[in-house]
Amino acid sequence: MRDRTTDLAIETSGLVKIFGKHRAVDGLDLTVPAGTVYGVLGPNGAGKTTAVKMLATLLRPDGGEARVFGHDVLREPDAVRSRVSLTGQYASVDDEMTGVENLVLLGRLLGHKKPAAKDRAMALLEAFGLTEAGGRQVKTYSGGMRRRLDIAASILNTPDLLFLDEPTTGLDPRSRNQVWDIVRIVVAHGTTVLLTTQYLEEADRLAERIAVIDHGKVIAEGTPGELKSSVGSGTVHVRLRDAAQRPEAERVLARELNTRVHLEADPVALTARVSGEDTDAGAERAARALAALAASGIVVDDFSLGQPSLDEAFLALTGAPPGERDRTPTDTPATGQNAQEEAA
Amino acid sequence: MSATTTENGTTFVPTAETLGAVLAPGVRPPRPSALSASLTFGWRAMLKIKHVPEQLFDVTAFPIMMTLMFTYLFGGALAGSPTEYLQFLLPGIMVTSVVMITMYTGVEVNKDIEKGVFDRFRTLPIWRPSTMVGYLLGDALRYTMASTVILVVGLVLGFRPQGGVSGVVLAIALLVAFSFAFSWIWTMFGLMLRSEKSVMGVSMLVLFPLTFLSNVYVDPRTMPGWLQAFVDVNPITHLVSATRSLMAGSPDAGEITWVVACGAVSIVVFGALTMRLYNRK
Repeated sequence: MRDRTTDLAIETSGLVKIFGKHRAVDGLDLTVPAGTVYGVLGPNGAGKTTAVKMLATLLRPDGGEARVFGHDVLREPDAVRSRVSLTGQYASVDDEMTGVENLVLLGRLLGHKKPAAKDRAMALLEAFGLTEAGGRQVKTYSGGMRRRLDIAASILNTPDLLFLDEPTTGLDPRSRNQVWDIVRIVVAHGTTVLLTTQYLEEADRLAERIAVIDHGKVIAEGTPGELKSSVGSGTVHVRLRDAAQRPEAERVLARELNTRVHLEADPVALTARVSGEDTDAGAERAARALAALAASGIVVDDFSLGQPSLDEAFLALTGAPPGERDRTPTDTPATGQNAQEEAA
Repeated sequence: MSATTTENGTTFVPTAETLGAVLAPGVRPPRPSALSASLTFGWRAMLKIKHVPEQLFDVTAFPIMMTLMFTYLFGGALAGSPTEYLQFLLPGIMVTSVVMITMYTGVEVNKDIEKGVFDRFRTLPIWRPSTMVGYLLGDALRYTMASTVILVVGLVLGFRPQGGVSGVVLAIALLVAFSFAFSWIWTMFGLMLRSEKSVMGVSMLVLFPLTFLSNVYVDPRTMPGWLQAFVDVNPITHLVSATRSLMAGSPDAGEITWVVACGAVSIVVFGALTMRLYNRK
């Protein structure tokens, strides 16, 4: 068997896709090692789906190069197709057909003889908890069931590379956790997963490496830890009992967290970014800062520690909220200034 | 009750054992042949008919209506009696009805192509045209059903083909084969146009002149010269002549050859354009 760990599942350089005048993907460079979950994180319209479609041979690139397991997506599309599977943003299953029919159809198209395709369909439905629903039309399924059938279809022949395009968007938390568990198990069996998501938390939980993309370009790349230490591990929100203590609280927080403290419009509220290699380290620093407030005799009514949101990640990485990076500086005051203006 | 909870996902917990059992990296059967992939997509078309049987309305009610309407509308005036006229009209009205319903292929392709499932089909390592061939195989079944319905209505009304069973069967086979070939124009439009409505619009613009400006209803000799010129080159005219000749038991080899050649050209031209659009979609 091939040594997957030393192989590259995906390699792109300068990949470009233009729709009309819009450069949906604009010089994308990705290097995805085999055998891992690789997260592609970005807001709507960042070019995630377009990039995935090019890698899955659904769209022809307008420039640059892309190779999947060493096979060029333009010159050897069938070699790529035989090794990848795609679970699209919109379920890639047929609504009018039953779960069994969907899987048998796909099994036949993947070269299984009829009895084998049927056996495989039944085994997959069993493994994905869909045996009872197998005889019903897919349009009667819940979002979570549909997504599970979709993933089952994608691993009908276990692919070497699985594209999951926003697999949990629109799912309830339980279904989302199921999908996460499935992804972990699939990857543990040797399949490389390219996961696109809008949620930092999802990328953080699943991916070994993350590429943050915006306007069709990679704007940051690294392990979740590396990215978060550049973003800060979260934001601490503090509400004081007495507005008069706010200047003192600002000094203490600035000293303890070594960061600039934002004064909110609410005269008793303060917000500060907490840095740290990971969430735990961030929480520890936040706790120390709160203890320091108490030690200085400042009464805290309420506090919370928020995960860094994708917006905050974008702010830290690009200096502008998602999608606004290409405006002129005069159009786009930094959010920090906004907050101060509101406070003033 | 436990079934309900499972279906809602409340009790489903993915485990390494159950999922691991269905994961088999590196195991792949050989890719299916072009024929096998096409037949599988044909099976998909059958399943669609099974799940949405209402769509068969087009291939039953419409042909019956056409046959009854034109037989009794024109029969007395053009041939002395509806039964007389039916001997002339039936092969033509069969061709008209079947060629008319070919346009649903385009509508169906247009509706389907936007669905996520097409992305999956297009990432499979299979013979590329098989998806489209599958549609047309399903449609060929519908064409056969429509032809049979019209034949039965005709026989009830007094249509007595001289060509006997073999002549009629050969005529229907030729008609279905031509319609299969002709439908590639609709797969092309289905992929090219933006909405179902525009597909419908274009098909009406193509189908009305093709079917009415032909020898289906009356003998072209009564038409003005410029119209006769069009009728003479209209492939539907040749298809009708070939079908009539087969049903009458005196096959016209010239017309049959014309129809076969025309179908072959349609597959080559519109099939190529369809696949070009399909690959770029």
